[in-house]
Amino acid sequence: MGKLTIGCFSSLVGSLSLDFAVKLSEAAIQKGHKVDLWVSGNAVMVSKKGQKAFKDYSFVAKKIQELVTAGNLQVTACEACAEARGYHKEDTMEGVKRFSMDWYLASSFSADRLLHIGGD
Amino acid sequence: MATKKLGFVIRTMPYKIEGSRLAMTHAISSQTVEIYLEDGDLVEPVVCFIGDGVLNCLKNQQAAKHYDVTSLEQHIKNSLLLDLNVLICKEDIDRLGIKEDALIMDAEDIGGETKAKIVPYSEIQKAMESVDHLLFC
Repeated sequence: MGKLTIGCFSSLVGSLSLDFAVKLSEAAIQKGHKVDLWVSGNAVMVSKKGQKAFKDYSFVAKKIQELVTAGNLQVTACEACAEARGYHKEDTMEGVKRFSMDWYLASSFSADRLLHIGGD
Repeated sequence: MATKKLGFVIRTMPYKIEGSRLAMTHAISSQTVEIYLEDGDLVEPVVCFIGDGVLNCLKNQQAAKHYDVTSLEQHIKNSLLLDLNVLICKEDIDRLGIKEDALIMDAEDIGGETKAKIVPYSEIQKAMESVDHLLFC
């Protein structure tokens, strides 16, 4: 069993990179690995509660919630990036943490592999 | 006690998307990462500007005037003040017709001693091969 840290800056809905990150997380977890998913920049919105599913848009909130609840996925959002977008602590999805950027670097320290998805 | 090296490879232009800014702020956050680590453990970033990302290194950015935000210039200077290793790809500045005197090479005005380095891509490749994790931004 290894530890995979995934960092993502990409937009929710506007990009499918987050969908890929969540699907990869699920696949890694199914293989018995532990996954830390760090979301920063526009990607923080994936960890906001109250998302609704529409047929036209991808919807990964349900899958994230399932994986987080099962205890195999740790999702952590960049606190400053969230606050800058009007997304406050009380809006955070259950089980998701909020920290400053150094948390991501600390997670990478103990990761066997790091996958970083930058850009938008 | 261990040190993990992280390579931030910045390919995106300044201000167009948030990628380069986030790369810089994440790299700078290495200065406080110890609070999450065991005593003696460290994270050491190297910041490499390649492709259009070298445009982040231009001097005299007017971000405050036009966008009312801190400039990438200031972030690069802060990185140098903190002694981060900052590499700028020579081939890419040549391609864009940028001379060294147009680039942020030091942070002397804020007390920094470390200088940015203009290096051929082969040196950046070596830096990328030397790190534990690569982060393309």
